[in-house]
This record gives sequence, structure tokens and C-alpha cells, in this order.
Amino acid sequence: MLARLSHLDRLEAEAVHIFREVAATFTKPVMLYSVGKDSAVLLHLAMKAFYPAKPPFPILHVDTTWKFREMIEFRDLMARKLGFDLLVHVNQDGVRDNINPFDHGSNTHTHVMKTLGLRQALDKYGFDAAFGGARRDEEKSRAKERIFSFRNAQHGWDPKNQRPEMWKIFNTRVNPGESIRVFPLSNWTELDIWQYILREDIPIVPLYFAKRRPVVERDGMLILRDDDRMKLRPGEVVENRLVRFRTLGCYPLTGAIDSDADTLEKIVGEMLTARTSERQGRLIDRDEAGSMEKKKREGYF
Amino acid sequence: MRLARIETPVFDPNHEAETVQDYLAQQERKSFLRFLTCGSVDDGKSTLIGRLLSDTRQIFEDQIAALESDSRKHGTTGDEIDYALLVDGLEAEREQGITIDVAYRFFSTAKRKFIVADTPGHEQYTRNMATGASTSDLAIVLVDARQGVLRQTRRHSIIASLLGIRHIVVAINKIDLVGFDQAVFDRISAEYAAFAGELGFRSTAFIPMSARYGDNVTKRSENTAWYSGPTLLEHLENVVVDDTETDKPFRFPVQYVNRPNLDFRGFAGTVASGSIRQGDAVVAAKSGKPSRIRRIVAQGGDLAEAVAGEAVTLVLEDEIEVSRGNMLVTPDSRPHVADQFSANIVWFDEKALLPGRTYILRTETDQVSATVTELKHKIDINDFGKEPARSLDMNEVAVCNLSTQAPLAFDSFADNRTTGAFILIDRISNNTVGAGMIIHPLRRADNIHWQSLDIGKKARADLKNQKPAVLWFTGLSGSGKSTIANLLERKLHAAGRHTYVLDGDNIRHALNRDLGFTDQDRVENIRRVAEVAKLMADAGLIVIVSFISPFRAERQMARELMAKDEFVEVFVDTPLEECVRRDPKGLYARALAGQIRNFTGLDSPYEAPENAEIHLHTVGKTPEEMVDAIEDWLTNDEIAERQYDDGGGI
Repeated sequence: MLARLSHLDRLEAEAVHIFREVAATFTKPVMLYSVGKDSAVLLHLAMKAFYPAKPPFPILHVDTTWKFREMIEFRDLMARKLGFDLLVHVNQDGVRDNINPFDHGSNTHTHVMKTLGLRQALDKYGFDAAFGGARRDEEKSRAKERIFSFRNAQHGWDPKNQRPEMWKIFNTRVNPGESIRVFPLSNWTELDIWQYILREDIPIVPLYFAKRRPVVERDGMLILRDDDRMKLRPGEVVENRLVRFRTLGCYPLTGAIDSDADTLEKIVGEMLTARTSERQGRLIDRDEAGSMEKKKREGYF
Repeated sequence: MRLARIETPVFDPNHEAETVQDYLAQQERKSFLRFLTCGSVDDGKSTLIGRLLSDTRQIFEDQIAALESDSRKHGTTGDEIDYALLVDGLEAEREQGITIDVAYRFFSTAKRKFIVADTPGHEQYTRNMATGASTSDLAIVLVDARQGVLRQTRRHSIIASLLGIRHIVVAINKIDLVGFDQAVFDRISAEYAAFAGELGFRSTAFIPMSARYGDNVTKRSENTAWYSGPTLLEHLENVVVDDTETDKPFRFPVQYVNRPNLDFRGFAGTVASGSIRQGDAVVAAKSGKPSRIRRIVAQGGDLAEAVAGEAVTLVLEDEIEVSRGNMLVTPDSRPHVADQFSANIVWFDEKALLPGRTYILRTETDQVSATVTELKHKIDINDFGKEPARSLDMNEVAVCNLSTQAPLAFDSFADNRTTGAFILIDRISNNTVGAGMIIHPLRRADNIHWQSLDIGKKARADLKNQKPAVLWFTGLSGSGKSTIANLLERKLHAAGRHTYVLDGDNIRHALNRDLGFTDQDRVENIRRVAEVAKLMADAGLIVIVSFISPFRAERQMARELMAKDEFVEVFVDTPLEECVRRDPKGLYARALAGQIRNFTGLDSPYEAPENAEIHLHTVGKTPEEMVDAIEDWLTNDEIAERQYDDGGGI
């Protein structure tokens, strides 16, 4: 009697297949790395897909300069440990104009530092395929996206005119300047991600685990004051609270949750009884209706 | 408005016996089903999925809050929650209240995990329905109880069947709107059963349902006491979808050759069917070369065995030639290897499929140029009748014969959903324009072999002291192609070159006398002349082709038929107004008077070249000046230098 594949085995095989398909058919792929838990899984799968070789593409981090400090430390540690080729891109125009989430709002900050930054990096290196860790269960417009998602020469996504995607036969053909965003974790859910991290013992940024941290309550969110670029408003106080993060992004835009989950088991336990979705802690999805779709059409991941 | 909730077992952190690890282990053991919802517009597909997600408690509080506010803004259900808004995630969909593209959603119950594809009902988005169906094992076909079986119900059922789906649920929805009437349910069930008899489904379940109010979705309805079957969710949890891939012969399409150093050469891919153990004998499908499995490599240590669905890396005992697109297979039961086969094709593109046109055919790992050599017949959606056809329009289905430029290794789709499937890609736009399911190889592919000849192209050309070339003139009728071609040949001839002019009108008098001027016939016209030009170049000649050749795809096909650097595209660029003014054969006058149809430039398109080697602007120039321009180009070009390195010049 032959073993039947478990749900996670199936998801793993699908992702590995996708990684190899890109390596076999594109001239210049890159893997986007955002340092979060999904990126951690993505990286782990990439290492598996090409074992005993290293992944035959570089890893790109688009740094908005507002990431948690612990994320940057973790990123550099992983690059040293796994020996991958790490590229870091910062939108220097944004730095020059001092674009930041406090003065310009989440919308402008994300557009300039993340979306434009990403487009600059893709153009600079001429990548024709870029892996991302997006999942279909995250958000409604992502639920509609193909695994191999075509982008025109301006990096735009046309949601009304996506290429059919039949079976596991992926159309990887692009004309010069065009590219494909590739999402190996399309069919994973948040629970699958945690379950897999637990099963494979994948290292993740410590911010996911509960710890006493200096947070400020602002606009209904708990913001970790990661450095003194965050000025306190009148009446705001920094409290040391036992918190952790469900998702990670730019620190001023990412809300912490009160939690005492300091092990993976406890995190998963907490997740299983959660009453809100993980993106609830993200300011950028809420700032206008259909905002994720709009960002994606402009070239955001 | 309140959301109804049912009790499904969820993790309870306060329950002593249950640790997270236990819970997760139990999750891992759950079986798995991928299904889609399909059927006609407004039959309630998205609403059903929203209801399933909500009733199985897959929706978070912030999502419910968003849904409630969306329902007030975009909803089509008055004061009540519009569940469709949970899945219609694109702005255009929410504004128009329709589904455009497939949405994938995930949910699980105590027994099973599910991935559901919510697919659009509109005919124009059939390609997106096919996308969702291609990875599903079961289809829920929704039927509006007031409407009964519609054209899209049939189309989707046929496509589901062609794509290999063997389990169907016919959800007779909106049963509340016909007063929960059993007679309506029985009538629609009988109608569907009668039409689906030929579709080869292994199980067909009929369920009376109201997706909007939840009747028989996850809980049994009191309104349909006459119905004794399972609820939809019970059926989805219990239906047996046999996973037989592992029991089939071993197939391993080679996806990627992993060669980090000289000591390691691994073949990476996903086991399409069967299983493999260390030491097993395999053959490379295309060459028949045998070897054995030395290692099944994985990061955590070598595996003893790999089964269908696993993505692994195989190392062989022997250094045999295997590359991406080939397959490692069991020696006992091998796939077909052929360059001609018949297949069912579903067409997705607005531009019709034209026999004779070349497309890029892609299987899971192989890629090759392919032509539909014969459209056997279209399938009538209403009665499965066979209709003769000369082209295949968007959303149509046909049985075709195909010919590929190089042999493929494949199984019939009925035997293997992975190794029997392919897609077709447009060569210019790179769009995915069709999907194919192979029926069987064609016998004639087995019986025709290449006869090898002792005298080759080079020997023939050397005798003529020249290098062969194909100068391909394209342009509107009356643009001056024939005049320039004629003059060019005279000069080449005078210089001692061996030439031949293939002229559009002349060829239509004989070889192509059976062809008219429809798009299909124009494609065939060019295919034939390109093949003739290739033979003449093979004979060592300098061939001048003077054809309108209006379509980019066919000129590209001709280019690829010739050896590298042998093909020179010459765009004879004369504006339409100027051609009309010249009208050397009086054809424009007649076409404009409505006496000639499908005239290029008027009611039939001309796709101008984008990267022609030679671009001639003829207005205000003499034919002699044009020929000089061609000669200049040829003299400066590397081809010409090699061509005339004996100092002959032109």
C-alpha cells in the first residue's frame, strides 16, 4: 500500500514544481523577500527545490527604510546562514524627498517606497520573473490572481484579462520588457503556513513571538515604537505590553496584538481561535475600498 | 442582519485532551477535494460559495463587517447579506454584480479540506471557467429552478467532462422561488440526466437548494421534506473521488536538469503517475534508452520511494541523454511518441483558430511548434452533434488533428490527465489561446519516415556557386511587389544567379487554385508557398516570394521554416490610398463597388511587419530605386557577404 500525500505534502510539491518551472524557463528570475513568515516559507521551499544546488536566482528585498529593526537583522542573518545572493533596493528618490508614513500617509509611503521601489529594482536588473509570497486566502483580489501572473512592460496587472491557466501547464512566455509575477504559495492558507513552519522548524523573525515591547496606541492600533523617528502625539504614552505581530511590514503601519503566545504551538493555538483576519492589523489594505487591487494594478505585489 | 452559524468542530484551547500538535496531526490526515461551481449567469454560484464559507465558519469578524457594509453599497439582496460579495473580489465584478474571473477559496470541515474555484457564468469568460475546472475533481453545476437547463449549463457540463471531471453535483438552486416544488426538481433532474448520459460522469447527485437562505447547503431543509438525499456539504464530505494516479504506469516529465557540478546530474520534476523506487528500471521515453534509478534525492536525505504528486530529483545509474521535455517512464508500459495526433480542443481566443497556422504547443514540460492540420468537426453544445467547421471561434470545442515540428511523448488524456494535456500559445501575443486533450496518436505518424538523401543543400548550392536565400516580399495588393520582384530577378539572373519568383497570382492559378480569400484559406495559401520556398532553397536557389501575406503569424511561420539568416523579409510599404490610386488590375475599383469580398486592406486586415529586414517606402520612387535599395542592403548584410564571398557581388 503506497503512502498518500498529506495536505502539506501536496502544497509543498506544488510550490517546488513552480520554483523549478521558473528556473527552467526564464532568463532572469528573482525572489522577492519581505522577511515575514510567508517569505520564510518561500525561502525554505526554494532551498528544497534545487537541493543539492542553491537556488539559481538572487533574493531581493525592497527596503522601505521603515521596516522593524529586527527584520533587517534577521534578513542579514539568513543571508549569511543560507549563503544566498541578497540584493537590497531602496528608492533613493523617496529617501531624498523624505517620504515617510507619518507625514505622507500609508498610501503615498507604500506607493513610493514599495511599489515604485519594486518597479525600479525590477527595471534596474531586468528581471523577467519575480517570485512573491502572496496567498489567495489573504484578500479578495488575490483570490482572483493566477499563479503565473502576467505583467505588462509598465508592471501593470490587468485583472479583467488574465491568461487562462490550465492544469500545471504554465505559460511562461513574455515579450521583452514584460514579466511574470509568480506565487508559489497561492493555495496555502495562513494555517498551512504556520503548520508548515512548525513541521519543518523554519526560523522566523522573533517579532512573531509574544514579548514585552514598547507600544503606543494610535488610531485603534498598537504601534511598536521601533525608533525615535516616531514622534508621540499629545496624550500618547509608550507602554510596555506583552504583544506580538501576526504580520510584519513597515512598523508604523503594522499593528501588534496583545498576546502571550511565545512558542509556535501557542501561536498556532491562538490562530485557530482567532476571530479576525491577519490583514486586519494592516493599515494599507483599508485606506480605500478595493485598495489592494488598485495597488496591484500599479505594480505592487 | 445576522449571520447564521452552524456548529462545526473547531479547536478548543480549553479542552484538556487536545493539544495543538494533536489537532494539527488530525488536520494532516484529512482528505482533500478540489471542486468548482459553474453554470449559467445569475444561477447563484458566488452566493453558494459565500454561504458555504459562512456556514462553515471560515469568515473572520472584520471580513463580516466589511461584507455587511459592502452589501449595503453594492448588494443585490436588499437588506440581507449578499454572500456573492465575499468572492467577487474585483472592482469591476462588484460594480457590475457579475463574476469575471475565477476566485479560489479554501475551507475545511472535520472530515475534509476543500479548495473551491468559483467560476464565471458568462459565455465570454468560458476560459476562466475552464481554468477553474482543469484542476478540479468535482463540479457543482448550478441550475436556476425557474430557468431549467440552459445553454451555459450544457456548455459547462461538456467542458467539465472534456477536462476529465467525473463527479457532478447538479444544484437545483432558488428552489424557494418555485415554492419548493418537487415536480420542478424532478423535471429538471430528468432533463439534465438525459442530456448528461453521454458525458461519462461516474457520479451525478441532484440536490434541491436555496443558496441564499441556506436550504440543503449545510443543513437539511424543512421546506423540502420530499428530498431524502444528503445536503451539499454532506455530499462534498463523503463523495469518493478515486485517487488512482499512483496505480498507473510511472511517468516523470523532466522539468529541470539540476547540475550544480560535474559530480551531480539530477532530473527534477513531479511524478505524474505511478511510483518509483531506488533501483527501478526506467527508460527515456523519446529515445528508448534504458537506465536505473540510483538515488531519489531530497534535502533531508535520500528517499526510498516517490509517488504520484511528489516533486523529486532523480539520479540515474547511466549517463543517458535526457533533457527538459523528455519523460522518464517504466519500460513495461511506455507512452506514445509521435508528431501527429488527434485531440479535443477548447478555444479561448477572440481570434479564431485557423488550421494551417502554427501555434506554440506546450505540455507540462515540453514545448514545440504545432499546426492544426485538420479540423475534424465542432461539437454542438446543444445536442453533441458533429458540425463541419473550417475555423474554431472563441468558446467552441472541436476534434482536431495536429502535427508538431518534433515528436512529443504523451498518453491519451483519458489515461492520464497530466501527460495527455497541452495548451496552445499565440506566437505573436504569447497569449494562451486554447487547451487540448489528446485522444490518440495518428497512425500515419508511425508509417512515414524521412528518407535520407546523399546530396545535401550545401552541395546543390555550391554547384551554383551561391548561398540559398528566401526574399519574402509582403505588402498590399498593388503596392509594387511583383514589379520589384521581377526587376530584382532580372538583375540577379544577369549576374549569373539561380533564382525563382513565386508570385501570388501565378501560384493561385495552379498549386493553390482550390483556395479562396477567407482567413483560413489565406493561412493555407502561405503555408503551402512557404513549404515550396523551403524546397527551392533546399535545391540551392535564391527564391523571391511575392505574396500579400497579410498575417504576421504566417510570415513568422515562414521565417522559422527556413535556416537561420536565410529568410529576408521585404516590406513593400505603399499606403492604401496610393494602391487604390494605382489599381493596376482594377481590383480596388471592383472591391470598393462591393463586387469582391475579403479584400486585404479593405474588409480583410493587413498586419504590417514590425521588424522587416528591408523596409521599402515606394511613394515617389521608381522600381529601379527600390531594387537598388535591396541590393544595398544585401551587400551590406552579413548574409550577403557570406553569400557572395567569391567576389561575385550582385
